[in-house]
Amino acid sequence: MIHSFLEWLGNTKWSVALLESYYAWPLVETTHVLTLALFVGTAVMMDLRLVGVAFPGVPVSAFTNRLLPWTRFGFAVMVVTGLLLFYSSPLRYYNNLFFRIKVVLLVLAGLNIWLFHTRIHRSIHQWDDDYRAPRAARMAGLVSLVVWTGVVFSGRLVAYNWFDCDIQPQPDWVNFVAGCRAEADGLPAPSGELP
Amino acid sequence: MMPPESWIGFFEWCEATYLGTLVRDSVWLFPIIEAAHLVALCVLGGAILVVDLRLLGLGLTGQRLSDLARHVRPWLLGGVAVMLSTGVLLFLSEAIKCFYNTSFWVKMMTLPAAIAFTFAVKNRSLDGLETSARSRVLGAVSIALWFTVAAAGRWIGYS
Repeated sequence: MIHSFLEWLGNTKWSVALLESYYAWPLVETTHVLTLALFVGTAVMMDLRLVGVAFPGVPVSAFTNRLLPWTRFGFAVMVVTGLLLFYSSPLRYYNNLFFRIKVVLLVLAGLNIWLFHTRIHRSIHQWDDDYRAPRAARMAGLVSLVVWTGVVFSGRLVAYNWFDCDIQPQPDWVNFVAGCRAEADGLPAPSGELP
Repeated sequence: MMPPESWIGFFEWCEATYLGTLVRDSVWLFPIIEAAHLVALCVLGGAILVVDLRLLGLGLTGQRLSDLARHVRPWLLGGVAVMLSTGVLLFLSEAIKCFYNTSFWVKMMTLPAAIAFTFAVKNRSLDGLETSARSRVLGAVSIALWFTVAAAGRWIGYS
């Protein structure tokens, strides 16, 4: 069902227009990439402070109050441009191994942010000025740094079709994780299960 | 925008270097180095933006400009170092393409300007500087220069 919906979505007029456009697609993609500096860049600065390797003497609340709005703005631009790029070629991304890894990492990043804001950040008044923040806060910063690095890596690799469904043969686990469908994508049918 | 045709020899030499050939002949190296280039973009971009936003009177306004610049300095230098080393590797692998690429030359002209402006002008103007017309100009010029470098860099891949 997801498959046929995405197939329909990719055949809509605007999706085709975006994918085949000479300037629009590269402009959206360039915005997506350059906003990394704003979104991940400001997030990284706050993470470095949380971990305790940068900005001694600057309270963590300075970051959450003054810099985080810019991180959020960057995130909004990332989401809009990212959704547009997905819309330009839904099935291609849906069945792309790196795209799927990226989505999993995004969920992990979201969980980490949720944990930070619902638990760790609540006691910030107790450790706001400590260069060595509590262990949980340092961990949240470290997890954020690692996960966003992973998101950037997998995001960049989405552009490569090494593991796409129409490039066969692939190891079984690749076809499984990428969600390739046997008949539709021309994979060799599993033996003994022919109708 | 075209460089003198006589420079092509140097670009051919670059493309034939051991490192250029190594990256070009590998399936994985170019994408991995590209991804590392982007991670460094995040660190470098964050280090620059924290100071530039402050120059514009935004972001970490409670902190002194000279303090912020000192705090980000190792990350700025590290970011530039990784950007340059990964960038050189990417360039070596496709030097001849770059020679005929307008975006590449836009980047090569704005990059030295951005680096020189950051270290020779901006960072030397921060002592005791408060948000003012002067600070806003410094921040705006910095963002404009680095934006052009980054946008031209991305556009090398399209042209």
